[in-house]
Order: sequence, then structure tokens, then C-alpha cells
Amino acid sequence: MSLNFNTPLFEIIRDKNKCIQCKVCVRQCANEVHWYSSYENIVNSDNNKCVNCHRCVILCPTKAITIRKHRLEFRNNSNWTSNAIKEIQKQADTGGVLLSSMGNPNKLPIYWDKILLNASQVTNPSIDPLREPMETKVMIGRKPDKLKFNKQGDLITDMPPQIELNVPIMFSAMSYGSISKNAHEALARAATKLGICYNTGEGGLNKDFYKYGKNTIVQVASGRFGVYKDYLNAGVGIEIKIGQGAKPGIGGHLPGKKVGADVSVTRMIPIGSDAISPAPHHDIYSIEDLRQLIFALKETTNYSKPIFVKIAAVHNAAAIASGIVRAGADVVVVDGFRGGTGAAPTRVRDNVGIPIEFALASIDQRLREEGIRNSASLVISGSIRNSSDIVKAIALGADAVYIGSAALIAMGCHMCRSCSTGKCNWGIATQQYDLVKRLNPDIMYKRLVNLISAWNHEIQEMLGGMGINAVDSLRGNKLMLRGIDLNETELRILGIKYVGE
Amino acid sequence: MINKEGKVKIPSGCAITGIIDKNGNKFNGEDIIKSIALMHERSNGLGGGFAAYGIYPEYKDFYALHIFFDDFNIKIQTEDYIKKNFDIINSESIPTKKNPKIYDPPLIWRYFLNPKKDNIEKKEIDEKEFVFKCVMEINKNFKGAYIFSSGKNMGVFKGVGYPEDIGKFFLLDTYEAYIWTAHGRFPTNTPGWWGGAHPFTLLNWSVVHNGEISSYDANRRFVEMYGYICTLKTDTEVITFLFDMLIRKHNIPLKKAIKIVVAPFWDDIEKEIDPSLKKELKSIRSVYASALINGPFSIILGFEDGILALNDRIKLRPLVVATKDAKTYISSEESAIRVICNNPDKVWMPAGGEPIIALLKKEYR
Repeated sequence: MSLNFNTPLFEIIRDKNKCIQCKVCVRQCANEVHWYSSYENIVNSDNNKCVNCHRCVILCPTKAITIRKHRLEFRNNSNWTSNAIKEIQKQADTGGVLLSSMGNPNKLPIYWDKILLNASQVTNPSIDPLREPMETKVMIGRKPDKLKFNKQGDLITDMPPQIELNVPIMFSAMSYGSISKNAHEALARAATKLGICYNTGEGGLNKDFYKYGKNTIVQVASGRFGVYKDYLNAGVGIEIKIGQGAKPGIGGHLPGKKVGADVSVTRMIPIGSDAISPAPHHDIYSIEDLRQLIFALKETTNYSKPIFVKIAAVHNAAAIASGIVRAGADVVVVDGFRGGTGAAPTRVRDNVGIPIEFALASIDQRLREEGIRNSASLVISGSIRNSSDIVKAIALGADAVYIGSAALIAMGCHMCRSCSTGKCNWGIATQQYDLVKRLNPDIMYKRLVNLISAWNHEIQEMLGGMGINAVDSLRGNKLMLRGIDLNETELRILGIKYVGE
Repeated sequence: MINKEGKVKIPSGCAITGIIDKNGNKFNGEDIIKSIALMHERSNGLGGGFAAYGIYPEYKDFYALHIFFDDFNIKIQTEDYIKKNFDIINSESIPTKKNPKIYDPPLIWRYFLNPKKDNIEKKEIDEKEFVFKCVMEINKNFKGAYIFSSGKNMGVFKGVGYPEDIGKFFLLDTYEAYIWTAHGRFPTNTPGWWGGAHPFTLLNWSVVHNGEISSYDANRRFVEMYGYICTLKTDTEVITFLFDMLIRKHNIPLKKAIKIVVAPFWDDIEKEIDPSLKKELKSIRSVYASALINGPFSIILGFEDGILALNDRIKLRPLVVATKDAKTYISSEESAIRVICNNPDKVWMPAGGEPIIALLKKEYR
């Protein structure tokens, strides 16, 4: 056994004057960072184990704990950064693939921040959402090319199934297994209260949550975990997951230790077995195969639910999206390279896929050029951080967005990016009973409702500022956007003008 | 260099007026000029125009194309294209009268045309679609030529200047029509291009419009999916295309088309008790979400059978209606109606999103 070269990332600073040796930190930390020495009557900590999740900081009654970046530095080197060195040491130590959690954290351009919005001045009045109607409802699903009326003026077109969202936001797919039952309950109840939808993810649906079906989208991924007829009919829509922004080209992994009795029943797999989704769907090796699955699901549900197809934003996403629409999907979901995950190979997460802003703009444009934009709704995800990201996404052509990380943060996630360890101190990304019960769904669903309500108010303010009183009139309305700090190619692909133009 | 209209979107405020005689009795352009002239302050001399229905009874079966040409060169090229696709029944320079306030007019011509049957059959489309495609082709690809009127037995007269001067320039007192609409423009920035003035027309549709629609790019990108090409980048153009698409191409009745462009609020739809109406309204808002016109506007849409006046959903622009015997008057201001009709039977302000439809009586259509 060689020497372990790992050095700590964080440093725990305990103010000895404030610490009352109450041991809350010792009990709260699943990573066993803190321990109490009765001999000295002090609480000690092991920096090496700390993931900086802030659980101890927030629960410490005397606020004695501070965590900061560890001061230990490697000699300055712009090429061999400390991260590069540490990753090599870790792999030399274990011989394994590097795993990471949550979205790509690297310093790459965030295009939302390079897009600015318009507002009305003089020639066009802004509209005050406090005093005038301001509509944010959207209908998700395939629309016919046109409506037909008979001679008496009655509508004779049968509408394909639609999902009504009061706000153009949904909670994105996070499986039961990757996150806890309590987290799922909070998401389901918040979606119900808000009149939006949450997505089950690929791990099936716990029996207790079938009652939230009107606000549920069930997912079918390559592992087909928990998929059977009742499950498919449980929600208002079905999502076929082809790929995910955090790990395009590979399937989901759930380690066996997260597969307890309840997850096992829900996923329909033995207790303790690893749930490894195959990289592709083994019944989809081409677009015509996708069509068969789409229609198999439509047949199973008697054509009563829109079928979503979710892909990761990759280089030729526009052509793929067009194929998906032509294959019969009612909703195309595109997940950008910043999208979150419970666990993904680090190299894949940080190097595969493209920014969602570009995938969105090029898909929307492509579908319009082919005259099929109305044939499917376009939902995007992959690091929507706030309401202005949503306004920009809709103006670039999205019908709605999925949020994952933001919803978890509302429930207590502090982005320590250690989901894959299964020791989430906030009770989110864990199946450990003592940790799961820390997340109180009665409180957390309200925090989710607060977040979406706040964002909805902000969206309404921005819409009103632009002189728009329905989100319908923002969709694809690129004149409301201007780019800053972008080159000509970026502007062309986004389809927007530069500031001042 | 300032960009010509069509390269850039120019916001503008405006005055509009419309008159229809439902009995089909025709009257000359003096009244409409008087009415729009009263609202002089609402325009700034950078655009005025008129649409008139019933003015070419002797050519009523032929498409009347009014075209601006920058020079004779482009006129010859355009005429070559026209000759390939149409039989020219007559063509002439549109008569004008010199006016010190109107300067730098382009060449202004009109053509009475019959589409060549063979060409239509080759393309397997109907006659109106054929004419529509030819108009789109010339306006997009013949630089320096611009068709500003393409209906039957109707015509548009417009240009850079105050509307009353444009009206006199085109000798509108010599034309007789049963519908007149007029527009005075207050663009915030324009190099003064004649094609940029209103009304905007396509086939028999004409639109005069006061406002700036905030949904422009959403509407534009929607109609462009259905073969329309927005050469002007003006709100009025896209509104005209929307009505043409909904009513002509999608065959939607006028009253339903109105429900699309000024859709009822979701809250009101939820309150609707009639389930089939509720379903219809939901379908309309779902399928035609991108055809909702947002932002402030008042418009008068003219067509061979009548006019439609419409405000945005929350009435952000003025619109007044009056009736006197068989005549209906619509205007941005009540005073502009009273100056030509001092004793109307009824005067009222329609609510936001409430359509005013004044049609020729059936026997006079």
C-alpha cells in the first residue's frame, strides 16, 4: 500500500471561545469530520474528510465553525493546476474512473450572462403586472398545423393531448434512488401546488406518489427501471431519456448501496444491486427505432399523453431534434453541458456536449425552417439559475424550462458536489434513513413553491417591461435580446443583434 | 448611413381613420382627407396613405398592382417578370399633381393583370396563392421595385409626407369608393422611404395601424414558417400577413381569427361555462399562441366586404367608432369623425380586444 498523497481541500476553523462542545457537528456530519475528545473536552476535526456542505456551519448553535479553502498550495503553475495534479494522484491511487457530481463547474462561457433584455420606453408603454393581467401559462405538446372549423363555425380539429403549466418551469428528472423519497415528495407536492410538473427520473415511481399523477411526468430510460403499464399511465406525460447533459453518451449509474428495500421495489431490482443503465437503449439504434418506442408508449397510454424525448445538447442537436419531431415526439427536451447529475465520469461531464443556449437557438431555427416548430414543444434544461435565464431561454425559442440543481438548492443543497458518496447531510442525495429524515417535505415543498412564485413574479416584471402581457409573445422573440462580448459567429448562431444595434 | 426601412425595425405612433358605406354607395376621397388632416399633430410628415375599395369598377376582375420603382431600369426588369406570369390588361403611370410639400417621389405605376392560367396550373396552387407568391418574389428579389397594392377593384395610395398632402398629390377627390381608410405616420426615425408608409396591403387586405407591437419577432417568425417574407420589418406588414394566413390560407372565419390575435385571457377562459367553447378557446390559444398580437395597437383592416377595427387586449391605443345612417366611422380621435359627420347617430369607444365589424349589406356585395 503506497502512501496516500491526498491533501485536504478545505480547512475547518473552530472558534474555541465560541465552541460549547455540544457535539451537534459531530452528530450532523455523515462524513465523520468532527469528533469529540472527552479527555481534552474539545471537538476536533479532520480536514481531509470535509466536503464543505455547510451542514455543521448552519447547525452550530454558537456559530463557532467556519470553513474555507485550504491554504495549502502547490507551486504556481498555469498548466499543472492543483486540480490536475490531485486528479492524477487520485487515479494513481485507485485505478478508477474519476467521478463527479452536479454540473460542469469549469470556467467556460455562460452565454445567458452575455445576453441582455429589452424594455419599453416612450413609443410603447411598459405594462404593470401589479395592475394588469400578465399571463405565464403555457401549453406543452404537439399542435396541429392549423385549426379547422365547420360551416357553422364549430371547431372540428381534435387537439392532441396537452400539458397545462401555470408557469413555464418544471422540475427535471431526478430519480428515486439518486435523491431521497422525502426530496421526491417535496418536488411532487410543490408541482401540484404550483400547477406545474415534476419528473420522476429513471427510477420508477414510489407507490405513495401516484396520487400526484396530474403533476407528474414519468421517465423511461435505457435501464427501464420500474417501468410497467400502471407507471406509464400514472403521469400526464412520458419522457424517453436518450441522454443527459452531464453525461452525453452514457447511462445512469446508481451504486448498490443506495438500493435499499424501497428503492428496490420501486425500481424492480434486487436489494443492493447496482442499477447501471446501458449507454444506449438497446431497442433504439436509430431514429426509426425511436419512432417505434414513441408509438409503443402512445399505444400503451391510448394516445392520451404527450411523449417527451430528452437528449443531451451535442454538436448536431438541431438535426437530431428535427428527426425526433418527425419520429412523432410531442416534446423535445434538450439538456445543456452544464446540466447536473448525481454521478458522472468527470472527463465526460467536463468535456462532452455544448452550451444549451446554442443548442436551443439552432434547434428552434431548424424546426422553423422545416416548418415543424409547432409540431412539438421545446423544453430546455442544463443550468437555469434564475428567472432572467428563463426569460432569455424563452426569447431564444423555448416553450418551457426544466430546473434541477436550482430546485435542490432551494431544498438545502449547498453544491458540495458529493452526491455520489450517498452521504448527503441535507437529506437530498442519500438513501440513509437518518439523513433522509432531515429533509422535512412539509417545509421543503413550501420553499420550492416560494422559489417558483418569486421567479414567476420576476418573469412577469420583465415581460411587462418589454410591453408584453403573455409569455406566448416572448417565445422566439429574438428582437428582445441583444448580445454583449460575443463574436459574429456566436451572434449568428444565437440569431441576435449586438448591443447598440 | 441610416438603414432603409426593411433593414431595421422602426417604432412609430400614428393616426388612423376609416369610413364605410354599408349600402355600397361610393363617395370621393375628400372626407377621408379632411378627417385625417384634423389629426395633423399625430403624424410628423414622414408618411401618409390611403386605401380605397371599389375604385376600379371597369377593371374589377383584374388584379390591380400599384408599384414604386426607383428607376426605369428596374421597371423594365420587373415588367419582364410580370409579363411572364400575367396578361397585362392595362398599365399606366398613376396620375399625380405636383405639390410643394411632396418631393422626391419614385416612379409610381399601376398594372391591371390577369394571371396566366398555365403558370398557375403548373404550380398546382390557387389563383390568389399564385399572385401572393409573385408579389413576395418581386418585393424580395427585385431591388428598387416595391408592390404596395395588389387587390382587385381596390388600391392604395401612399408616400412620404403628411397624409393630407399625399391625398391631394394622388388626386383622391377623383376616385369613388365605398370604403376609405387613411393613415398618418409618426415614425421615430426613418430615411423616408415611400414603401414604408401605410396602409400595408396584400391581395385585398389593407391594414392601417397605430401602435408598436411588442410581439413583432414572435409573429414574424411564425408567419415566416408559412411562406411569408417580411421585407419591411414593420408591425403593419406582419399584422396583414397574420390575417391573410389565418383567413385565406387556414380558412378560419373572421370572428375566430379575431379570437386568435386578441385572445381572451386565460382567467376568462377558465371561467367559461360552456365546455365546447372553453375547449375551442384553449385550442386557439395553444395552436396559435405565436399569432397573439401583443403591445399597443389599434388597427383598421379593410377587405372587399367591409372593415374590422380592433384594439389590443388592454386598450393601449385610442379607437372611437360612430355610425350615421348606413355609414360607419372609425378613428383615433372623435374630433376626426365629427369634422366630417357633425351629427352621428351613435358614438362609442370599444373596449380592449372588442372587435368592430362593419360589413356591406349582403345585397350590395
